[in-house]
Amino acid sequence: MARIRLDNLAHTYMTYPRDDRDFALKPMNVEWEDGGAYALLGASGCGKTTLLNIISGLRAPSQGRVIFGDTDVTECPTAERNIAQVFQFPVVYDTMTVRQNLAFPLRNRGMDPTRIRNRVQQIAKVIGMEAELDRKARGLTADAKQKISLGRGMVREDVNAILFDEPLTVIDPQMKWELRTQLRRLHQEFGHTMIYVTHDQTEALTFADKVAVMFEGRIAQLGTPEELFRKPQHTFVGYFIGSPGMNLFEAEVDGRQARIGPHVIPLAADYGRPEGRVQIGIRPEFTRIAASGGIPVDILRIEDVGRHVVLRARHGGVAVNAILSEEDTLAEGATHAVFDPAEIGVFVDGWRRDPVEGASA
Amino acid sequence: MLELDGIELVLDGQTFLSRTDLVLERGTLNVLLGPTLAGKTSLMRVMAGLDVPTRGEIRWNGKRVNGDRVQSRDVAMVYQQFINYPAMTVYDNIASPLRIKGRPAAEIDRKTRAVAELMKLTPLLDRRPQNLSGGQQQRCALARALVKEAGLVLLDEPLANLDYKLREELREEMPRIFEQSGAIFVYATTEPEEALLLNGNTATMWQGRVTQFGRSTQVYRNPVDVTTARVFSDPPFNFWQVEKRGNRIVFGEGQSFATTAPMAALPDGPYQAGFRAAHLELHQHRAGAVAFTCRLIVTEITGSETFLHLEHGADRWVGVVHGVHDLAPESLMSVWLDPAHCYLFGPEGGLCATAAYAMRN
Amino acid sequence: MRKVQNNGAWLLVLPVFLLVAFSAVIPLMTVVNYAFNDSFGENEFFWNGFDWFKEVIDSDRIRGALWRQFLFSAIVLLIEIPLGIAIALTLPKRGFWASLVLVLLAMPLVIPWNVVGTIWQVFARGDIGLLGVVITSFWADFNIGRDPLSAWIVVVMMDVWHWTSLVVLLAYAGLQAIPEAYYQAGRIDQASRWAIFRFIELPKLKGVLLIAVLLRFMDSFMIYTEPFVVTGGGPGQATTFLSIDLVKTALGQFDLGPAAAFSLMYFLVVLLMSWVFYTVMTAMDVEGGTQ
Repeated sequence: MARIRLDNLAHTYMTYPRDDRDFALKPMNVEWEDGGAYALLGASGCGKTTLLNIISGLRAPSQGRVIFGDTDVTECPTAERNIAQVFQFPVVYDTMTVRQNLAFPLRNRGMDPTRIRNRVQQIAKVIGMEAELDRKARGLTADAKQKISLGRGMVREDVNAILFDEPLTVIDPQMKWELRTQLRRLHQEFGHTMIYVTHDQTEALTFADKVAVMFEGRIAQLGTPEELFRKPQHTFVGYFIGSPGMNLFEAEVDGRQARIGPHVIPLAADYGRPEGRVQIGIRPEFTRIAASGGIPVDILRIEDVGRHVVLRARHGGVAVNAILSEEDTLAEGATHAVFDPAEIGVFVDGWRRDPVEGASA
Repeated sequence: MLELDGIELVLDGQTFLSRTDLVLERGTLNVLLGPTLAGKTSLMRVMAGLDVPTRGEIRWNGKRVNGDRVQSRDVAMVYQQFINYPAMTVYDNIASPLRIKGRPAAEIDRKTRAVAELMKLTPLLDRRPQNLSGGQQQRCALARALVKEAGLVLLDEPLANLDYKLREELREEMPRIFEQSGAIFVYATTEPEEALLLNGNTATMWQGRVTQFGRSTQVYRNPVDVTTARVFSDPPFNFWQVEKRGNRIVFGEGQSFATTAPMAALPDGPYQAGFRAAHLELHQHRAGAVAFTCRLIVTEITGSETFLHLEHGADRWVGVVHGVHDLAPESLMSVWLDPAHCYLFGPEGGLCATAAYAMRN
Repeated sequence: MRKVQNNGAWLLVLPVFLLVAFSAVIPLMTVVNYAFNDSFGENEFFWNGFDWFKEVIDSDRIRGALWRQFLFSAIVLLIEIPLGIAIALTLPKRGFWASLVLVLLAMPLVIPWNVVGTIWQVFARGDIGLLGVVITSFWADFNIGRDPLSAWIVVVMMDVWHWTSLVVLLAYAGLQAIPEAYYQAGRIDQASRWAIFRFIELPKLKGVLLIAVLLRFMDSFMIYTEPFVVTGGGPGQATTFLSIDLVKTALGQFDLGPAAAFSLMYFLVVLLMSWVFYTVMTAMDVEGGTQ
């Protein structure tokens, strides 16, 4: 197991990149602690798979270094990096039994057979496949095969890191809950460093202690799920995390107030007078619909999603969403969206602006 | 109107559909919800005429259509994979069904452009499918299905291969698109939340059988049996064993709560009690809430919510609570449930008493 | 699966059906006719029952040819299939070199049989053929006209040269279809090159190998032109395979009855063997799935 450090790492697919835009991954410095659970979250084409391939050694970066522990592994091939990887589609050795599949990485390293036996038994127990150990892997269901892949990733005790490349893509929703719990338990039990790549925010947020949200080849924010939700550093994070994403409005900010057109919105702190493109953002979870205050909206639709209700509205041309609880009823004549001042974020040219020091008291 | 009357489908001695009755009205959106292999695709194939049912009758507007060939039926279909003609532009792709029907050129042009506008494809009309993103490709496939103006449009997990955020956006557009067409839409999905968001009817499927059919919210809040409750629940539905004695529901070692209105008239005896993850609470919000002592296995924090994976005796439960709660795993803790959120199912799994709160909605 | 069909479409098959009937079914019927009758020309036929079949089965000459035929097919399969896979494994995966090598490999496949035979006839001559000269330099007895072993070596080499490319192309296509993730997983598991072949590549190649084995078996079992041109079936009977023998019987001796019975049995043997290969290989597949 090891700490993973990316030192001034960047990658381009072009031979002669001219500027920033030609880089699939813009220069970045990242440090992942030993034994942590991390996620790389982003839409297709944001560079997350390139980054994963660089970490696993399937691709060499154009510049910068990859460091495991104290060793520079930038030039090492995959086999020497001592990592495990779980792929999007279950990769199992069809002609082998489940037991042989799990034992395969250990046998290749010439481990003592009794130790292999014990370790395989232990892993089979954790992934809940003790009963199927002597079945052929072919003909198992997709989720059983994916459990084998997970197990094969866990079976080696000495791996530097386990990488996951959208491992739950082919799994039914109900089964996802089971596999996710197992993953968490495996992490608690064995303490491997884990890096999980996905486009699915629920998977990323529930899996990881810290999530890196990627956007156009850079890490827009690396933070805990709570930080990403409460204090997104970039409007993209605000939009990308949460379902629906953050409500964003073009506004003028002056001290402790923001103005959306003629409407004055109180803020919880003093933000000074930021220049540039100023926006304020508020999560639908902290938006209420009331008879007055805030900004007037046209209510378009109310979506009952079961455990809560999503209210979709518009203010001018801008979408305003609010999340209400399952048993809330919309009061008669409620046509204004009201925001919780403590949860409003101020963004300048896309990036979050902190309140002015000392002025908030 | 599409009527399925006692449909059964047996191929090579394997039962794909067992006795299914379903009536779908014009201008409705009907979701087939169930896990992989529940029979969603089989049912769609029967509706499309790709498979002939072994028994039973299919009627389209009152006329029996068993065995009519697919080409002569009024059907359009969209698949999970993005299927477009690779050599044609988006415009030609959309126009293709009309050209096959031999419509006049002016009409083809008008309709193609109208549908492209609806699907937000107007700027992309001259591109070829391989130069589009996944979401755009699937929009193109949807447009081709819509332009045909078929009476029956079948969508087989159309969003399954898209990124989370793209899925969210297209999902939001779907109801609007459906409303503008008078066709019968049938939409297969594995995700309960998608079924609710689409805001129509839902048929829950399990092992080749439709277990319940009705308004999505109605099926969600009043499942007729344990199977339906399980299928239509993400996070999973929670269950435990109870016994009714007079006006008390008794369980565990002498714990009990008072019967709710729907439970009052039930005969005494053993029942299976159930509730949804979102109704579990960390504090006693309401007088009369029942306390459970559970072992916490794992918590998952999304930033806005916390998922609790619990063991209650031998039962595995999942709870969803608002906010961030960093609780120590493998610890004992108390959780609360308002009896108004509790359902009772009989020993065979049928619903005996719905949750009191569901009667109010 | 039961499907709704447009029955009118069957009409489109009619021309092909007639063509096949004319080119295959009617001649086959003629053969059947000859096999069960005796004729002295003039279109007069006498019922002869199974006598021709008995004669063919009892013939030592034909038994010898059958045995040689099996030996030949077995040797050819044992060389070509592993060799084909081995070559496919070493080919570049993509790019200019991949295309070039594939084109070069495909060359022998487009050369007509009798040309191949002629090439090798000349190639193997001890006086002017390159191969013949080279071999004679360390093995003086090499002579395809006199030494059966020499003749066999050349005939087998010729077939390997002519047809291994087919196996290579099939195996290459099969290898290309294996998702990259499998190789990555193999590398991550530190699997040896042999383990990657044994547990990833070979299982995924099973389908195309079945086709390769079937095609190569049928073809090699029916081989005629090339050995006929190179050795004429000799020396003695050493390379007289079934079809060479058949032609000798039918045209050389004009024994139409036995030749027809022979043809029918020949046909049935090929069919039977193909069925056996197919069943055995698919059964291996199913067994893997249900175990």
